[in-house]
Amino acid sequence: MASQDLALSPAAETSLPLTARLHTLVVTVDHKQLGLMYIGTALLFLVVSGGMAAVIRLQLAVPNNTLVSPQVFNRLFTMHGTAMVFLVGMPLIAGLMNYLVPLMIGARDMAFPRLNAFGYWMFLFGGLLLYLSYLAAPGLAGQGSAPDVGWFAYAPLTGRAFSRGHSTDYWILSLLVSSGGSIVSAINVITTIASLRCKGMTLMRMPLFVWMMLVVSGMIILALPPLSAAQIMLLLDRFLGARFFDTQAGGSAVLWQHFFWIFGHPEVYILMIPGFACASEIIPVFSRKPIFGYPAMVGATMMIGFISVGVWAHHMFAVGMTAVGNTFFAISTLLIAVPTGIKIFNWLGTMYGGQIRFELPMLFCLGFLFQFLLAGLTGVMLGVAPFDWQLTDSYFVVAHFHYVLVGSFLFTIFAAIYYWYPKASGRMLNTKLGLWHFWLFALGFHLTFDPQHLAGILGMPRRIYTYDAGRGWEIYNLISSIGVIFQAGGILCLVINLLWSLRHGEPAGDDPWDAWTLEWSTTSPPPAYNFETLPEVRSRRPLWDLKHPEDPDWKYE
Amino acid sequence: MSPPHVVIVGGSYGERTMKLGLLGQKSLLWTLRTAFFPWALTSSAARADTGASNGITNIFKPLSTPAEAIYEVSVLVLTICAGIFLIVGGLLAYTHIRFRRRPEDDGREPPQVYGSNQIELAWTVIPILIVFVLILVTARTIADVQNAARPAGALDVTVVGHQWWWEIRYPELGIVTANELHVPVSDPTKRRPTFLKLESADVAHSFWVPQLAGKTDAIPNRDNRMWIEPKQPGTYLGNCAEYCGTQHARMLLRVIVHPPGEFEQWVEAQRQPPVDDSQVQAGRNVFFSTACVNCHAINGTRADGKFGPDLTHLMSRETLGSGAAPNTPEKLRVWLRDPQLLKEGCLMPNMQLADTELDHLVAYLLTLK
Repeated sequence: MASQDLALSPAAETSLPLTARLHTLVVTVDHKQLGLMYIGTALLFLVVSGGMAAVIRLQLAVPNNTLVSPQVFNRLFTMHGTAMVFLVGMPLIAGLMNYLVPLMIGARDMAFPRLNAFGYWMFLFGGLLLYLSYLAAPGLAGQGSAPDVGWFAYAPLTGRAFSRGHSTDYWILSLLVSSGGSIVSAINVITTIASLRCKGMTLMRMPLFVWMMLVVSGMIILALPPLSAAQIMLLLDRFLGARFFDTQAGGSAVLWQHFFWIFGHPEVYILMIPGFACASEIIPVFSRKPIFGYPAMVGATMMIGFISVGVWAHHMFAVGMTAVGNTFFAISTLLIAVPTGIKIFNWLGTMYGGQIRFELPMLFCLGFLFQFLLAGLTGVMLGVAPFDWQLTDSYFVVAHFHYVLVGSFLFTIFAAIYYWYPKASGRMLNTKLGLWHFWLFALGFHLTFDPQHLAGILGMPRRIYTYDAGRGWEIYNLISSIGVIFQAGGILCLVINLLWSLRHGEPAGDDPWDAWTLEWSTTSPPPAYNFETLPEVRSRRPLWDLKHPEDPDWKYE
Repeated sequence: MSPPHVVIVGGSYGERTMKLGLLGQKSLLWTLRTAFFPWALTSSAARADTGASNGITNIFKPLSTPAEAIYEVSVLVLTICAGIFLIVGGLLAYTHIRFRRRPEDDGREPPQVYGSNQIELAWTVIPILIVFVLILVTARTIADVQNAARPAGALDVTVVGHQWWWEIRYPELGIVTANELHVPVSDPTKRRPTFLKLESADVAHSFWVPQLAGKTDAIPNRDNRMWIEPKQPGTYLGNCAEYCGTQHARMLLRVIVHPPGEFEQWVEAQRQPPVDDSQVQAGRNVFFSTACVNCHAINGTRADGKFGPDLTHLMSRETLGSGAAPNTPEKLRVWLRDPQLLKEGCLMPNMQLADTELDHLVAYLLTLK
């Protein structure tokens, strides 16, 4: 982590001796430095838990494989899922928010810089605690290793009777710590947006990125505490003999599921809306048009945020709810398709009539648009409760949520990296390597996840460490595993590109994409104080106004 | 009261699909599948027309009333989604190609358009209408499956999930078996669906036999119900579909659907007490002098353990260890020598039996037909 983050820090600091540079990292309260530390650490965790996924796919490549034992396999998918959500997805969005929100609203830093640093260190140590479980979870009991209860840790599998040793305790404590980090950073973002906007930046003149991060921060504050509360209840069950989820003493296993998913479903949108946020900045710039229907985009984001807290039990259509309960959650789930559709159409409207430049950020957004369309449609299928009775907990679901989290979320993150790396480092990323990254990763993504839809339709349940031949699953699993090679190749190109371009990339200048938001008005990388004089804006695209004084936006808004 | 219900359930789908103008569903699905899933056909098409499943777990080959209800709504939803994908995907592709930057562009910015209330209203209202249709068909299918009336001839079975096997009890028939659910076939003139009560002895499991019904979880401390109504005899495969610990993967299910008359014979056979064969006395002694009896039950003996599967008619079952291996004498011997070899992590310990003890024990268990 250290080398990468250091490398990403402003050039002036690289001349300092190593200890001094490390010291800077530890004591920094600068939102840009912290943002890059978040992203660098998240990319490191991405590589580690991506490697775990590779072992999972290797094990499943052929039927009755014995590469890893069932115990090891169960730890792998638990750690993969937990780490990807809490140690990759969450810090990636925290990093983007931290780096970009103050720059976009014309502020010098976040509202609470030290709280900001606190959030990062909570996340980092929470993450390390999770991985420490491999070594420390056996404890005095001598049983247990890394958590093996699945990332949603259904009761009563997490009870003392079924999960011995301390693996589940590590799962609980590490997530409590890192969730604490996420909550403080969300509070910080909301406060910053509420109180530090530059002169003239009314709410309806904020870039959509800022709007969406505001909604996401609100959702984090709503969604994470139920998880933390449930985890504390589980700790009480495990150590103090409480019986919340202990079914043998009258507790309720379903209660855990409700608590988990009232966090877990908004969580999906907490990850996905920042993806929308990046796309909503990048698509207009590379189409050379303002976002189509700005107020509708703001409204749709708020609608998604609102509805997303009322859909959680669509993860539980098979737990035996009443017909009324199932119908309610099917309706709320299907309704979310409406604001989501509005977004897709508005991006389409933005590109329509434009002059689309297929630079790397736009290429990743193009992949995102198609893949998100498919992810949304399989989501509609899963929202139809009876269809879900067949599809839930099958590989179809695995394919669906990887379409959301990899095909959509990660693609927009890659787009964001190519888009804002020049701002953060002062240098462009290499286009040729970037193209290799795009094509390898897109090919690998489709090879891996498209066939999983079919395996699920053919009845393959998720989370099985092996399977017998003869059900028609073999070919899909083999193709799926082969895809991993291409994905890994793509990621390798990205990593090489990130490191190589730091020294050898073309100098970027302040505004390499001819963009319109405030972060492009300062130097690349921006100085510690961001802006020499705080800007004043009169429209949603202050740099457009500056570049086109004859035809400024504020005349039309 | 059962015959009218057949008409209601069967008729309602026909009516609904006709109202929505969805004609010839089987052929439509065929087209869709050939278009989207060309590979899916090769694996199962050959066996599909013979009806009885034998190894197929394809959710699009339903052979039971609730699975068929799900299938019909699924095809409708799949069709709508495929249509949306073609239209929106087509628009996206068209926009990307038509409005890409061209070399002849003069470098001036394109017209700046900020939005359009009419267009935005249109693409809000159309999805709302589609969602409305989806909500209606969803609600109706949920009610049809979950609120189905129970005909007089229905069979009741209790299925109890254990780590990592299924206990199957027929409370009215006094039969207890494991991992293989035997039920009669149902025909329209004389319906015999099976109503399942799902329980769990430890953690959450899920009962999923794709050709017969959607899945329903078996959760401790909770009374869950589901039903199946197989229309063709045969063996149907399924799995536990909720992660339940180490051997979740080897918690397989078989549903054996008997033709009319045969089910009664099976019931009769299961109700017989085990034959007391003096030739296998040595193996009997091994069984009753080790810890086997703590976990396993054999009717009419003092073995009445509840923790493991009932062994009264062990040899009538097709697999060992809930699908871990075929139930042959050789595999049975391997299993008894060390169950962990066939099913790593399963809760049956290695009993450290000597070779001669193993031979005797296998000989005894082979008599439990």
